[in-house]
Amino acid sequence: MPGAMQERLTDIGPPNFEEFLPPVIKKNYGQWKYHEIPQKGVMVHVAESGDKIYSVRVGSPRLISIDTIRFYAEVADKYCDGYLRFTSRHNVEFLTTVEENVEKIKKEMEAYGNPVGGTGPGITSIVHTQGWVHCHSAATDASGIVKAVMDDLSEYFTSKDLPAKCRIALACCLNMCGAVHCSDIAILGVHRKPPTIDHNNVNKLCEIPSVSASCPTAAIRPSTVDGKPSVEVIQENCMFCANCYTVCPAMPLNDPEMDGVSIWVGGKVSNARSAPKFSKLAIPYLPNTPPRWPEVTEAVRTIVEVWADNARPYERIGEWIDRVGWPRFFKLTGFEFQKEHIDDFKHAGLSFNRTAQLTR
Amino acid sequence: MPKEYKTPMLDELEKGPWPSFVKEIKLAAKNSPMSNDLLGLLERSYNERIGHWKHGGIVGVMGYGGGVIGRYVDVPEDFPNISHFHTIRINQPSGWFYTSDALRTLCNIWEKRGSGLTNMHGSTGDIVFLGTKTDELEPIFSELTEAGFDLGGSGSDVRTPSCCVGPGRCEWACYDTLKLCYDITMRYQDELHRPAFPYKWKFKMSGCPNDCVASIARADISIIGTWKDDIRVDAEEIKNYDKAGMDIFNDVVLNCPAKCMKYDAKAKAIEINNDDCRHCMHCINAMPKALRPGTDTGAVVLIGSKAPIVEGALLSSVLIPFINLDDEDEREDFFDLIEEIQDVWCEEGKARERVGEFIQRVGMGNFLEAIGVEPIPEMVAYPRDNPYVFYEDYYDDEEEDE
Repeated sequence: MPGAMQERLTDIGPPNFEEFLPPVIKKNYGQWKYHEIPQKGVMVHVAESGDKIYSVRVGSPRLISIDTIRFYAEVADKYCDGYLRFTSRHNVEFLTTVEENVEKIKKEMEAYGNPVGGTGPGITSIVHTQGWVHCHSAATDASGIVKAVMDDLSEYFTSKDLPAKCRIALACCLNMCGAVHCSDIAILGVHRKPPTIDHNNVNKLCEIPSVSASCPTAAIRPSTVDGKPSVEVIQENCMFCANCYTVCPAMPLNDPEMDGVSIWVGGKVSNARSAPKFSKLAIPYLPNTPPRWPEVTEAVRTIVEVWADNARPYERIGEWIDRVGWPRFFKLTGFEFQKEHIDDFKHAGLSFNRTAQLTR
Repeated sequence: MPKEYKTPMLDELEKGPWPSFVKEIKLAAKNSPMSNDLLGLLERSYNERIGHWKHGGIVGVMGYGGGVIGRYVDVPEDFPNISHFHTIRINQPSGWFYTSDALRTLCNIWEKRGSGLTNMHGSTGDIVFLGTKTDELEPIFSELTEAGFDLGGSGSDVRTPSCCVGPGRCEWACYDTLKLCYDITMRYQDELHRPAFPYKWKFKMSGCPNDCVASIARADISIIGTWKDDIRVDAEEIKNYDKAGMDIFNDVVLNCPAKCMKYDAKAKAIEINNDDCRHCMHCINAMPKALRPGTDTGAVVLIGSKAPIVEGALLSSVLIPFINLDDEDEREDFFDLIEEIQDVWCEEGKARERVGEFIQRVGMGNFLEAIGVEPIPEMVAYPRDNPYVFYEDYYDDEEEDE
C-alpha cells in the first residue's frame, strides 16, 4: 500500500491547451486581423497571413449526455479534423478552414435538434445553474425555465437581430453561481420565508457561532430551546438569502408555495460604451409554475420586445433604460412598481433619484 | 429491469425548438440506472415544486480537499440509484478547446463510472460530471489522471481559473489569456486542490474590455486586456463601412463614452484623440475591419468582485492600471503581489469573507498599505465625498513615543 501511495500521481493540472489547437490556429496564434459574421451563428476570422477559420456556433442545453458529446466529436471528425471548442455561454463551436463545411455542419446540427446561431446583436444561450436537477438550495428549477424561455425566444438566437446583445442568465438562488447579477435580463430564484429550525439537529449538524455569523442582517442568535443548544431567528430581520441554510442543513427554507422567481434587468459586464453595471429589480416575484413557467417567459418576452421597439442601435437594455429613465421602463412594460423595488440594504440611499431631471 | 417512470411534466419540455435537457437525461437513462432515477426524481420535483437534494457531506479523492461536491437525495428509499449523486469538477483546458479524441476519452470514463450526464461546462468553467457514487471517485480520478486530466477547485480554495478564447481566435486579445490561464492554474495546483483560504478565490482572464468571461463581475482577480498606444485605423475600410450603409456618426462616434472621436462626413474619415480614449471597445466592435487595438498591449488588473452572498454583490475595481503580462519580470511581480494579498487575506479575513468583502470591511486604503501598493487615482471613480477621515498622524506619533 505505501508503494501505491508513492506512485499515485496528483496535481498534474489540466491538459496543456496547445495540444487541442487546430493547425490553422497554431500557425496564426495571436495574428488574427479581423472577423466577419457572414450569417447568424457563423463567424469567419481572417489572419494577417490571409488564412481563414470558420466557426459554427451551436446552442446546447448545457446539461448534455455523453451520447450528445460523442455526436459532437463525430461531427468534428467529419468536418473539422477533430477540432472543436465550447464558449463561455456553453455553446459548442465547430472550427473549420473549409468554407463548404459550414452548411454541412449546420445541417447536421439542426437535424440533431441543436440550432446554429447566437452571434452578433441578439440572444445567445442562457448561462444557468443546476436547479432541482442537482442543488440543495434551489428556489426554482434552472434547466426547465431556460428551456421554456429559449423555446419562446429562439428566433432571436437563430435569425432575428435585436438592437444589441442581450445576455440572459438564470440562478436558482441568491448564491448566483455565474454572473447573473450583471445580465441584461436575470432570472433569479428567491425564497420568501424564514428558515424552519430543526432544534434537535442544529447542534449536531452545525457550528452555532458560524450560523449566527452567517446572517447578513444579524437576525440569528444563539439560543437554548427545550434544553438543547440551538439558534433563534428574528423573523422580521430575515430577507431569505439562505446563507444560514448553506452553513447549516438544519435550517431549510425551501417551500413550494413561497419559493419562486424574480426578474432583474439592465446589467452588463462589457466595458463597451458604458461601464459594467448590476442588473436592477424589474419584478420582485413570480410563482413557480412548472413545467413551462408561462409568467416568466411572458415577462422576459415583454422586456425583450419593449426594448427592441424603443432602443437605438447598440443600446443594451441597461443603456436604453439609463437614457429614457425607469418610469418609462415601468410604463412601457406594464410591470407594477412596488415597495420591494426600493433598496433598503446597505448604501440604499445611493439608488434614490437625487436630481430634478425627470422626463414627462 | 430499471423502473419505468411516467414523466408527463418533463415530457412537455421535450417539445419546442430549443434543445431539450429532458431528451439528454432520457438518452443517459437508457444505459444508466442513476440517470433513470434522476428522471423520476425530477418529475417529482416538478409536481411538488421543491428540490430533493441534501447538503453535500465531505467526499473527495485522497489528498485533495476540493473538486468533488457531495450530493445525496433526501428520498433514497424511492430513488436508491441516486442515494449518492456526487458532482465532479474537472479542470477544463484553457479556452475550452478540445480534440474529438479527448472528448471521447472523457465520455468513456464517465460511461463506465457515472451517470453519463455532464455540463459542458459549469459556471466556473470546469467540465462537470454530474452524478456518481462515492466508491467510484478514486477510480475516476486515476483514469482521469491517466488521460491527462485533473480535478478543478471547490470550496474555500483557488477555483479553476478560466479565460476567453484570446489569441487562439480573436483579433482583440491584448495578452495571451490561454497561456496565462494555464500558467496560473499550474502555479496554484496546491491551492486549487487543498482548500486553505477563508473562502473561494477566483481568477478570470479576458483578452479585451469586452470581457467575454465576465471577470469583472465574478472574479476576485479580474485580468482584462487593454492597450496603451493609439487605436490602429484602416482609412479605406472606414469608407467601406460607410458604403455598406453604416451610420458612422450616430452609431459609432456618438456612442463613444469619451467623446474622443470626430467624423468628417465628406471625407468619410474619423479622427481619434487617443489621449482621451477610455479603451471601451465600442468603435472597434462596430468596425472590426477598420479599427483595432494598438500594439503596445497588456492588461488592467482589478480586484474584488463577487455575487451577493454574504454582504452584497461587488464589481471588481482597479488595482493595477496597466501591466505587461508577457514580460517575465512584470509577471513575477504580479504573482508576488497576488501571494502578498492572499497572505494578508488569510491572516485577517473572516471565514466565508471574499477578498472584496474583506477590503470593504478594512478599507481600501488600509488594504493597499498592508499589501504595499501606493494609492493612485485610477483606483477610484471619485475621491471620497464625506469628511469623516481617519487621519493617522496622531496615532503614528503616539506609537513613536512608545
